[in-house]
Amino acid sequence: MFYPVLFLLLLSVVGFYLNKNKSVYLSKNQKLASLPAYYGYLAFLYIFVPAIIIWLGLLIGKSFILQNYLILTLGDSLSVMNSDEINLFMSKVKNLSLGISFGNETDLEKFAAEKIISFDKIFSLLTYLVLTLSSILAFLIARKKVIPNFKSQRTVEKIVNRFIQICSLIAILITLGIFLSLVFETLNFFSYVNPLHFLFGLNWSPNKAFVIDSAETIDKDILRDAFGIIPLLGGTLLIAFLAMIVAIPLGLMSAIYLAEYAPKKIRDFSKPVIEILAGIPTVVYGFFAALVVAPKIVMLGKSMGFEVSSESALAAGLVMGVMIIPFVSSLSDDVINAVPQSLRDGSYALGATKSETIIKVILPSALPGIIGSFLLAISRAIGETMIVVMAASLQANLTINPLEPATTITTQIVTALTGDTEFDNPKTLVAFALGLTLFFITLFLNYFALKIVKKYREIYD
Amino acid sequence: MTNLIKRKKAERRFQLYGIFAVSLSLLFVLTLIVNIFSSGIGGFYKTSFLMEIHFDQKLLKLEDNPSSEQIEDASFRKLISYNFKENFSQYSKDEIKQIKKLFYRKIDKETQSYLLKNPQYLNQKVELLFTASTDIDQIHKGNFNRNIPEKQRSINNFQLGIYDQFIETGKVKKVFNKRYFTSGDSRDPESAGVASSVMGSVFTILICFLLSFPIAIFASIYLEEFAKSGKVTDLIEININNLAAVPSIIFGLLGLGILLNFFGLPRSTSLVGGMVLSFMTLPTIIVACRSSLRAVPPSIREGALALGATKNQVVFHHVLPLAMPGTLTGTIIGLARAVGETAPLLMIGMVAFIMNVPSTPLEPAVGMPAQIYLWSESAERGFIEKTSSAIILLLIFLIVVNFVSVYFRKKYEKKW
Repeated sequence: MFYPVLFLLLLSVVGFYLNKNKSVYLSKNQKLASLPAYYGYLAFLYIFVPAIIIWLGLLIGKSFILQNYLILTLGDSLSVMNSDEINLFMSKVKNLSLGISFGNETDLEKFAAEKIISFDKIFSLLTYLVLTLSSILAFLIARKKVIPNFKSQRTVEKIVNRFIQICSLIAILITLGIFLSLVFETLNFFSYVNPLHFLFGLNWSPNKAFVIDSAETIDKDILRDAFGIIPLLGGTLLIAFLAMIVAIPLGLMSAIYLAEYAPKKIRDFSKPVIEILAGIPTVVYGFFAALVVAPKIVMLGKSMGFEVSSESALAAGLVMGVMIIPFVSSLSDDVINAVPQSLRDGSYALGATKSETIIKVILPSALPGIIGSFLLAISRAIGETMIVVMAASLQANLTINPLEPATTITTQIVTALTGDTEFDNPKTLVAFALGLTLFFITLFLNYFALKIVKKYREIYD
Repeated sequence: MTNLIKRKKAERRFQLYGIFAVSLSLLFVLTLIVNIFSSGIGGFYKTSFLMEIHFDQKLLKLEDNPSSEQIEDASFRKLISYNFKENFSQYSKDEIKQIKKLFYRKIDKETQSYLLKNPQYLNQKVELLFTASTDIDQIHKGNFNRNIPEKQRSINNFQLGIYDQFIETGKVKKVFNKRYFTSGDSRDPESAGVASSVMGSVFTILICFLLSFPIAIFASIYLEEFAKSGKVTDLIEININNLAAVPSIIFGLLGLGILLNFFGLPRSTSLVGGMVLSFMTLPTIIVACRSSLRAVPPSIREGALALGATKNQVVFHHVLPLAMPGTLTGTIIGLARAVGETAPLLMIGMVAFIMNVPSTPLEPAVGMPAQIYLWSESAERGFIEKTSSAIILLLIFLIVVNFVSVYFRKKYEKKW
């Protein structure tokens, strides 16, 4: 798949040297407007840029062309199928052409697979041909520009500048991509389920949609209370709340101690060690929560006479809290350090002890920043996936009891989309609606947090 | 006076809270690491039994000096049951069956590979090492309590007796589990390995790096050196900040919705995984690159401009090389985070059961963290140990990478 790119790079480098050599030769007798290398770069860009665009176009268009080609060659036998059958046929034939066989293919499918193989060969040959032709054409144009008074440096720089400008637009494109993919599939989902029932429904049981699948008729009344997000939101907030109960006091107190009290040695040791917690992959926390913490909590609960579920919100929440400690502590540390020394000195001069200074002077003046860091931590907790997928329950349960099982938005997204994914039923499409909700919640929290932090910074700078 | 004592007490109390918080956090780090390491280090070893095997030519239906193809085609079932009968002749048929269960299910394949490597074994009696079954392996490593009632364990009392007999006669060995590093996933914990997932992660990160690194550098150069402040630039900045805060699973949904469904890229491949992760690392690298570009003093730029360089030459020949160390540090940190990212991989199907080690980014693959997830969901006890071992590998890799990035920063970063 990537050989054409290497091929193009080779052609472009050849073009570079041909043009450079010619301009070096020319420059012996007369003065050129730019350095010889720039004539080379010109050839490189002229060859590479259009050809790579053509290649991408061919790559994207390939499956479309293939489909039409097959329909043309097999026209009659495909015309009896409906669109679902054609899709199934296509995927089966494609697998067959890759050598994946299940041994139950019909002659027609085998014939089509052979067609695909020959098509692939012709297509890749054609790709190379087109790329070579466009390269030669581009090179000829670049070659003509190797004349003494052509300012090739300026042209090359213009192209480069345009290119890096496009690169910087990719951030916007990604956001747009996220938004569009989420919105598009969410709208699709809302054609099955009323948005109001989704946003305010108190019942989450997507398996109901599964029953409908087999009956092939979609009864909106059944779907009405199958996809209510409220229990998920409740579970998400419960687990995030538990995480915050762990992370906020520990993170904040650690930050205060390390910033104000700790000797340099302890600070230099403790800070990076606590930061390790932030670098550990979340799947490790999930494993730890599910296999170490959850059984311990169940045992502890039993010995104290409580009935604790093995997939309790508590286990996931506690472990998530540990994960977030460094997040809270490093952000709070920044804010506490940003408080001007004069405020501390003023407080000491009035006879306050260190802790009084911290509680009554430093914390209030750092409060906006600290709250900002809390909000960022909460948004982290809400968007966290692996810990809850591995340690929390799958079953929706609207509760505030941390000993009971609870599920979260992210868990349900994962459950909906792992395994077979058919994009024509609400059971899988709901993942995108949940994703959109999650996207908005985190966006909102981050926006607020940054706004608060920014406002605070303006006061002291 | 009492007031002062009270205040001093409060002061001490407050300080104690701080010490408590810090030590508790440190304790968490310690518990996590000790727990993972103590439960996972055993996964690098496996329990094996010494057993004498008579490679009888007739039972294998092989000619003299067989070629390796012939050995590969031969069935070793009969040979194995014959040897079990010989070695445990004092036991009944049923008991031999139970003894056989102490060994790894595919003992015939192991015997076969011994013969393939050493064709001279034919017609000889050789004492060889055979992998123990995962249940006995766990008992031998002490991960499983053998004193619980017989009904609750998969190994019965008779089998335990045989196992003790093996220990007494010195037939039990703990050997390095080479297969763990060379083979892909498997349904049996005895033969499951991390090779396919490590390769999957390598390809994923390679793609991620190739995509995100150049784009991030060009974008930072544009934003830092060329862009005029305006609405578009502001919009780009806001977007970069937002992307850094979007939950990783949303990027997975983007990959599923756009890359897989819209562009029809192949599912479960490292190519798509790398693309999705590159969306996530892009903001990290951009932030690092921009701040190191900003740290390059204006005198460098002015000097180059004064010598007649164009703006592009100033940036590409002078400013960018000086900003490289900082950018690379940021890139390493961003990529290290991407290596551990699991949720987006779940969305694009990189959690499949992959036995073969992938050789290109276009083959179905599974990432290292996704493999950890898969194994941890498995009910079998042997897999729990494998999971911890995989986590150890991942953590060691991350620690090494972090040290490298710190080293980079210390060595090359210039303070102006």
